[in-house]
Amino acid sequence: MKAKKSPVSKKSPSPAKKSNSRHESTPILSARKISKRFGHVTALADVDFDLYAGEVLAIIGDNGAGKSTLIKILSGAIQPDKGTIYLNQKEVSFHSPIAARKQGIETVYQDLAVAPALNIVDNLFLGREILKPGPLGTIFRMRDKSRMLKLATEYMRSLKIGVHSLEQEVATLSGGQRQAVAVCRSAAFAKHFIIMDEPTAALGLKEAAMVIDLIKKIREQGLSIVVISHNMPQVFEIADRIHIQRLGRRVGVISPKTYSMSDVVAFMTGSRKILT
Amino acid sequence: MKKIKILGLITQFLKLPTVGPLIALLLACVFFYTQTDRFLDGNNLSLIVQQVMVVGTLAIGQTLIILTKGIDLSNGMIMAFAGITMTKLAVVSGIDPILATTIGISAGALFGFFNGALVTWVKLPPFIVTLGTLNIAFALTRIYSTQSIVNLPDFQIVLGNTFTFLNTKIAYGTIVMIALYFIVWYILSQTPIGRHIYALGDNSETARLTGIRTNRLLLLIYTIAGFFYGLAALLLVARTNVGDPQAGQTANLDSITAVVLGGTSLFGGRGSIIGTLIGALIVGVFRNGLQLMGVSSIYQVLITGILVIIAVTVDQFSRDSQS
Repeated sequence: MKAKKSPVSKKSPSPAKKSNSRHESTPILSARKISKRFGHVTALADVDFDLYAGEVLAIIGDNGAGKSTLIKILSGAIQPDKGTIYLNQKEVSFHSPIAARKQGIETVYQDLAVAPALNIVDNLFLGREILKPGPLGTIFRMRDKSRMLKLATEYMRSLKIGVHSLEQEVATLSGGQRQAVAVCRSAAFAKHFIIMDEPTAALGLKEAAMVIDLIKKIREQGLSIVVISHNMPQVFEIADRIHIQRLGRRVGVISPKTYSMSDVVAFMTGSRKILT
Repeated sequence: MKKIKILGLITQFLKLPTVGPLIALLLACVFFYTQTDRFLDGNNLSLIVQQVMVVGTLAIGQTLIILTKGIDLSNGMIMAFAGITMTKLAVVSGIDPILATTIGISAGALFGFFNGALVTWVKLPPFIVTLGTLNIAFALTRIYSTQSIVNLPDFQIVLGNTFTFLNTKIAYGTIVMIALYFIVWYILSQTPIGRHIYALGDNSETARLTGIRTNRLLLLIYTIAGFFYGLAALLLVARTNVGDPQAGQTANLDSITAVVLGGTSLFGGRGSIIGTLIGALIVGVFRNGLQLMGVSSIYQVLITGILVIIAVTVDQFSRDSQS
């Protein structure tokens, strides 16, 4: 009896289920008929995309499937040739990563996320420094170091990222910790969702697990996450839904609960079609 | 427990980038104090600062550029060009000295802008760009004047004058140099733009992706460096009372020496402006001390060379231990 009960009680507070119920609502971000060509190569052809509040959406696909192009369009790094993007049902267009960031969309880049010679606090607030109140800030442009340190401590604590000191150089951190700092920065400033491009590709097993943990914590805080990953077990561990790209088109969006990994690989490579 | 804490504090102190150069400076001072009786005299110390004020000011611009992973070989020649421009305009063309000086300093800033434009927009390596500018500025200086300009107006030599404070003669120019160091220290350590400069030198793509306008910043840094070279020209003119077309021929390497001795990494992103001041003073102290000891000036060059190699070795090792 006991053994039967425990999985049920475990399941009910699981974030995956929580976000599933949210799927009934409207998406926070959707894109319709996005197309992008590079020269004579069609990177994306009429791709639709939907992201709901509080979910982890994985984008998978073979090389050349258009995953990177798709997230670069969503993060403002490149512009689509055709198609429209709606943020909270309002049409938007991002002409640069900064424009997307101003709308509350943060991106974690695979290996360009942090400046190693700066300390953790400086990295968290890089490009968004807080100035001292009064004339010291407005006229003399003095950074409010103690306030940034205090906020940084809160951010890092809320995601349970442990480091020796927030004023140590990022160069002294391990790869996983560096990625954690980058993720923490995005989580601190994102209003809607975070895009992550293979956040664990360069990490060892233990460090990757740490970043996966972070992703789950961020989802618990209510932010959505779009993640590109090649690691199928990882995708099945964290994703609420999986968006499958193949040859520049969206083959479908599936739930990891209804399909197995080998099914998904088959859809991805085109050896099987999703029955709808 | 307590012992560990103290040890920790000491190791943390030793890790500060300026501590190594500072210790070297103090050791040099102690050495020359024991070898000569005039070294620690206030007027002698003031003279040392006066002797380093020109290279020290050039080194401010050099530090900013090296922090961005660049290097500037042209600063001595830009200074020579700015110096000959401001003095010839004032003395030969009879232009108002203040205006002439302003034009001279602006010429320095313009050269800096030119360097910066080629580095940021054309994406040429700073070493090559500034090597080219070095030759251009050298030639323009000689084309404009082959002769030294003398009988300078008061305005252009006032910074070389001294005032007496606690029985010590201090040149106004040294105050200007120290004020410039203070301003740049403030910007680098206290303001957002200071962080952006370090981030730019550390990893320019990261800096760009976090929303920093890296091209604009780099261009600004080269232009401001050029402005400092123009100010250095005014200090040089004031100190020597002459507009000299032959000036500044080794100043580029001297300024790089000061930056490197001050612990700023040639790989960008790490270093401090106060370190550069200490580095410039180290060179000045050795030059002055050895002179007082009656050692031939060629040994000063020899020792500076050895110090530079030690400083770069330390930089390289600290980088290796980090990665």
